Amino acid sequence: MTELLMKDFVDRAALERLQLERMQNTLDRVYNNVPFYKQAFDSVGVKPTDLKRLQDLAKFPFTMKSDLRNHYPFGLLASDQKDVVRIHASSGTTGKPTVVCYTQDDLGIWSETMCRTLEAGGLTSRDIVQIGYGYGLFTGGLGVHYGAERLGCAVIPMGGGATEKQLLLIKDFGTTAVCCTPSFFTHLIEVAEKIGLDFRQTKLRVGFFGAEPWTDAMRTFIEEKSGIKAFDIFGLSEIIGPGVSADCEAHNGLHVFEDHFYPEIIDPDTGEVKAPGEEGELVFTTITKQAMPMIRYRTRDISSLAYEKCACGRTLVRMSSVKRRSDDMLIIRGVNLYPSQVESVILDVEGTEPHYQLVVTREKAMDELEIRVEVTPQVFTDEVKVLENLRDLLSAKVKQLIGISAKITLVEPGTIERSVGKAKRVIDLRHS
Amino acid sequence: MTIRQLSIFLENRVGRLATIAKILGDAGQNIRGLSVADTQDFGILRLIVDNVNEAAAVLRQHDVVCHINEVIAVEVANTPGGLAKVLSVIVNTKINIEYMYAIAEPKTANPVMIFRFSDPQAAGEALRQAGMNIYSEKDLLQG
Repeated sequence: MTELLMKDFVDRAALERLQLERMQNTLDRVYNNVPFYKQAFDSVGVKPTDLKRLQDLAKFPFTMKSDLRNHYPFGLLASDQKDVVRIHASSGTTGKPTVVCYTQDDLGIWSETMCRTLEAGGLTSRDIVQIGYGYGLFTGGLGVHYGAERLGCAVIPMGGGATEKQLLLIKDFGTTAVCCTPSFFTHLIEVAEKIGLDFRQTKLRVGFFGAEPWTDAMRTFIEEKSGIKAFDIFGLSEIIGPGVSADCEAHNGLHVFEDHFYPEIIDPDTGEVKAPGEEGELVFTTITKQAMPMIRYRTRDISSLAYEKCACGRTLVRMSSVKRRSDDMLIIRGVNLYPSQVESVILDVEGTEPHYQLVVTREKAMDELEIRVEVTPQVFTDEVKVLENLRDLLSAKVKQLIGISAKITLVEPGTIERSVGKAKRVIDLRHS
Repeated sequence: MTIRQLSIFLENRVGRLATIAKILGDAGQNIRGLSVADTQDFGILRLIVDNVNEAAAVLRQHDVVCHINEVIAVEVANTPGGLAKVLSVIVNTKINIEYMYAIAEPKTANPVMIFRFSDPQAAGEALRQAGMNIYSEKDLLQG
């Protein structure tokens, strides 16, 4: 066990003492260095010294994505500009991107937590890691890159896209681990089949998939189709990037690197902190980051926390894998729907593949949901009835499990756009 | 006794049939006969082609979902009652006709009917015993 990995097995009482000390320091720093935080704390009458126990964090105000935008680009810096060594940004769909800055120490934290993420999936310095996340302003590529390098792996900085080249390198370079979005990996599986490449005949044995919500059904699909082990990785650039929490062999939630990122679950409507085990919105406070600490940052991701020791022996709290983001939620005729629910339904039916899209329209003030699913050779025969049965089965399952009537449209393979990054699962035409 | 037919999944979208016809044409596959079963949302195109294996392979390269299955090709007399005579043989066997369509056969003045039976082998045998002219794949496509 490496020295880094031991941090995942720390005594919880010692961990909490460390968290409290780090949290107090962070609150003190942001209060004195960032006008936004001073004003936010003052407006609710709370001072850094009011944090006597970890639970006291609930007295402090939340930080939202809009706060980052309002202080674009560097208004939330807690360090001197000269200490910033890296700037990343997430694509802003509404104009300005969300900017995050890193000091040298921050990059150290990031590569450490990413390294621990890869170790939790069983990687060692002997592995060859192919990175299929985008490089550039997006944190995915470089985040995983630095973590894999820190672990001593051989890193292939492939970046996103270039499907056939990815497959060529997996085969020729003897890639043992791949990191990309789960939807991109399903695309790799599809193209590999087409060109006659069997992953079981390559050295590939493990994949780290993140940057979009995915389901257990998708894990099963990926593992059965490719023969590799699939691990969920979680992160967001506002907190650090990938490497906020990591899946282990037990697949029983993702271990949060709590010595750097302190998680809470809140009721998204009232902001009240929820008890362990209860589901709600995930909130993070960074307790070591220097350049741009985040205090109670609201992720919009829905999860829950489990503090019981994991079967893998790690003592770090587990967050349930993020199946849905409150931002992704569709409200259709008053019913809440997440694309991941549809994914589970589809993959539960024999012979289907995770190529699907939700199209929402409004006709005469009524929302209509169409679910487009690709027909596969496995389910197709000469009979109309077989296809009609498939369509009716999917429709009945959606109705039963989600409580909404949807029109199922069977489409030809390859007609739903393949993502080389984050999958676009929903086309909402109601407001266009 | 049976011949092989190619069934193709067709999304109900403009130009799909034309696309498939072009893929087969470019691959040098002659379409000898066809039928389309359509529902509101999708259709199944059924084809008799020169070489069913090659046609299926080239379509699959273009991500077209297809399936090869067995049908019976029967010559039907080009006179009143010609079809009735064929069908009367089947009625007595309790074999179901799932669908049927006619194709042109240049070698004879009579039309050739393609039948999809619930039990192609048994239906073919019954028709043969009744003296019907059943085409083999070789006779129909290469003769």
